[in-house]
Amino acid sequence: MEAVQSSIPLYALVVSLAAVVLIGVSGKKPNLREFWTIAAAVLKFGIVASMLPVILEGKVIECFLINVLPGLDIKFKVDALGIFFALTASFLWIITSFYSIGYVRSLNEHAQTRYFMFFAVALSATMGVAFSANLFTTFVFYEIITFCTFPLVAHKGTPEALKGARRYLVYLLGTSVAFQLFAIFLTYNAAGTLEFANDGILAGQGSDVLLIAIFILFMAGIAKAGMMPFHSWLPAAMVAPTPVSALLHAVAVVKTGVFVVLKVVLNIFGVNLLAQLGLGTVLAFIASFTIIVASIIALRQDNLKARLAYSTVSQLSYVMLGASLLTLSGITGSVMHIGLHAFGKITLFFTAGAIYVATHKTKVSELDGIGKQMPFTMAAFTVGSLSMIGLPPLGGFLSKWYIGIGAIEAGQLPIIAVIAASTMLNAAYFLPIVYAAFFKELPPGEKTERREAPAIMVVPLTVTAIGTLVLFLWPSLFLELARMVVAGVM
Amino acid sequence: MNIAEHLPILVIVIPLMSAIVIPLVGRINKLFSWYVTVFITLLSFVMSLSLLNTVISAGRISYWLGGWEPPWGIEYAIDYLNAFVLVIVSFIAFIVSLYARRSIEKEIDKSKVTTFYSIYMLFIAGLMGIIVTGDIFNLYVFIEIASLAGYALIAVGKRRDALMASYNYLILGTIAATFILLGIGYLYMVTGTLNMADLREKLPMLYESKVVLTAFAFFTVGLSLKLALFPLHAWLPNAYTYAPSVVSAIMAATATKVGAYAMLRIMFTVFKLEFDLHIVPVTQILIILSLVAIVAGSVIAIAQTNIKRMLAYSSIGQIGYIVLGAALANQTSMTGSLLHILNHGLMKGTLFLVVGVVVYKLGIEDIAGLKGMGKKMPFTMAAFTIAGLSMIGVPLTVGFVSKWYLATGALSAGMWFIIPIILASSLMTAVYFWRIIEGIYFAAPAGIHQPAFAGYGNPEPESQGSKQVDGFLPRDDGPPGLLIPTFILAGLCIFFGIAAFIPVSMAGQAATMLLGGM
Repeated sequence: MEAVQSSIPLYALVVSLAAVVLIGVSGKKPNLREFWTIAAAVLKFGIVASMLPVILEGKVIECFLINVLPGLDIKFKVDALGIFFALTASFLWIITSFYSIGYVRSLNEHAQTRYFMFFAVALSATMGVAFSANLFTTFVFYEIITFCTFPLVAHKGTPEALKGARRYLVYLLGTSVAFQLFAIFLTYNAAGTLEFANDGILAGQGSDVLLIAIFILFMAGIAKAGMMPFHSWLPAAMVAPTPVSALLHAVAVVKTGVFVVLKVVLNIFGVNLLAQLGLGTVLAFIASFTIIVASIIALRQDNLKARLAYSTVSQLSYVMLGASLLTLSGITGSVMHIGLHAFGKITLFFTAGAIYVATHKTKVSELDGIGKQMPFTMAAFTVGSLSMIGLPPLGGFLSKWYIGIGAIEAGQLPIIAVIAASTMLNAAYFLPIVYAAFFKELPPGEKTERREAPAIMVVPLTVTAIGTLVLFLWPSLFLELARMVVAGVM
Repeated sequence: MNIAEHLPILVIVIPLMSAIVIPLVGRINKLFSWYVTVFITLLSFVMSLSLLNTVISAGRISYWLGGWEPPWGIEYAIDYLNAFVLVIVSFIAFIVSLYARRSIEKEIDKSKVTTFYSIYMLFIAGLMGIIVTGDIFNLYVFIEIASLAGYALIAVGKRRDALMASYNYLILGTIAATFILLGIGYLYMVTGTLNMADLREKLPMLYESKVVLTAFAFFTVGLSLKLALFPLHAWLPNAYTYAPSVVSAIMAATATKVGAYAMLRIMFTVFKLEFDLHIVPVTQILIILSLVAIVAGSVIAIAQTNIKRMLAYSSIGQIGYIVLGAALANQTSMTGSLLHILNHGLMKGTLFLVVGVVVYKLGIEDIAGLKGMGKKMPFTMAAFTIAGLSMIGVPLTVGFVSKWYLATGALSAGMWFIIPIILASSLMTAVYFWRIIEGIYFAAPAGIHQPAFAGYGNPEPESQGSKQVDGFLPRDDGPPGLLIPTFILAGLCIFFGIAAFIPVSMAGQAATMLLGGM
């Protein structure tokens, strides 16, 4: 694979770090401050998009930053998977930025400067993960994300918020230090390198027992992917302001988790080694378990954001499930799901925030008849739900389709049953909300007058809802990138 | 006469002489004694750098005191190991002396200021002597100089507890010194030499001798006491807690490190590696003790409410890392051990200096008193956060570098079970540091109610600017005289975490020398 040397990946990181400084110094002028956020978001997306043509030509972009220790480099390598993730995250950052402005201003949130600063750091670190060329770089940015999202989760500063944030940190930092770092030590010791390679670096580098131990440590250590039993940080993180839940806990943070899992599966172990060790089945089992159990828990959540959080836990495991099949379509579906789930889930979180801003309602049971008051918001919610369930003509259908085909290719018919069960469960926890919103009567005393959230919030959620539709109709870019990922590793 | 040739002795003599000059100039003006201290420590640092440079370009330096040829005369021998430690110690001594002036204003009686600087220089001279000397009896002399000065430095604190802590340390320190002296005596008895290089040559044929074994036992116990290796750490928590912050900083960052240096010197250059590995199972014993130290230090640190005591117990755990790396006795782990001498010095130095600023501004040492200080003392607390994250071992800080080397070193030694212990200790460190960091930034200061913004969506209007966070104190940070030295150390915690190859190359050379030969 041809490698182009360029500093462009670095610029994608630096642009939001520069914005952090600018946001900090213009804290007293909110409009200027928000301008920096938007400018950085647009610029970042532009920079990421500018790398796309080179990647589509089948090349990779490399950028060496510094050699920290012998064998440990901070180094970037943009490939199809990385650019796919970076494109999704940076595009959605633009939309979330507008939405955030509407949200924090409508609610008069305190410490807005701190909020926007740490948001920008989080996005910068997300790019770092997306573009990392080795496990060390990944780990560095993975940890930076954990720390810099802590102030966002704890934003409200209440004892309850701090409790949630502490659980967030304990799970993410605890697992990453106790298991992931351990796995990295073992990997380095066995393979002598941490560089990602297309066919993995661990094949033939140790006994089966060691390799299986490393794999299990990795899966336990990447708690950001939300696999059970290390998932409960995600519902706890729902104390965060909704835009944080939307972009970070439906896109950037959790997708960092699944992205790292994919990297470990594809570029550290390699498809062949996993198949030979039979670890794909193990992963498939854990992922299936998470998909079903998280969906069942989601059924019982009355808090809307908590329901969405458990839905996210469940949906994230689709990515793992697709990858665990170790087949062409399975991995394609897995990669696609990173982007497609992002659009659907961010829409749902956006609507939850819009409902809260407009009506201060947080519970599912309070949403009767709300479709009459907030038709646009609830229409977007419906679109997002249908995409989650996986109905055409919405994006969510595509990834489920590919994962289903992958299961057939792998001859794993029980996986089809898992997908079917999950689809029904998804319908069971989303459709009642849609039904209640549009077909039930409003509680007595509430008028049916229109009371949407401010336009700066409604427009972003409409855009992402339309996005799920567009991605179904014109999936060629995502599909092309996903195919390139598969072509590289199979 | 070429001055550069005499640097090995000047690096000790100049600080030693300044201990006499300081009280004299202090009679003219108290401030002069500070100027002299800062100047001399800076000079020592420059001389140390020059020595390091010579070692890098020309190899080991052997300096004959008074021109007497070793093994009859005293030799000062400087190789990668002691040049590396020398630079660290003299640098931290310089930074701490910069910081000392404002800090001791609050923590030491005015009448004792000049004496303080004089003893400080004696202490530094003693440490430098331990590092530079190539003569084992000379080593004892410098250990005593540094120790006696150390007892006095601790006792200079205002509280009566300081006297008790100092007395305790005096008793244990004297036992340690006596043990070391006995060890030296036994070695002299059977070999007739005090020169380290000469001992290295003569000892192997006597390795089975009971006298040599006894000597080695005395050395091990005595030095373990000096460097506060668990379970011989009892003197340390009180000493660090009740000493003035400056003294805690310099002792935590240098004194125990020099103890560790002395242990490496005796274990790996006076005796040879095969002695440690095969004749007596000292490395196994030290591995177990250091692992216990790592766990126990962290566990006990979690339970502390006084921040200096917490840092002291944390130091006991960190000393465990240094000894662990040495005891694993392979290239990687030894490099990690030496790196940790630097890295822990930087981190703990920063933390004690931060505590000094807090004591200066607020007069408190409880952990609870730091709550909500992120707004009041943003720079001080930023330094604390950097050093705290580094202690946790977050990548791109020095703490990660040490842990990386120790963990991969443990794997090279085939002892994978050590890694969970190191990682568990990291997590416990995260518990006691993050608890404080969270309080600093997210809790309301003691005595001030939780601010009104706390309610979700509370319609509290946000006034523009930084004052909107009602309930927080206005900014009132420490003076630059305290902040600048603190930030230099905190900055290095990050700098050497990213540009780690600089100390790594040095520590690697020193490790090769320790494991291979002189």
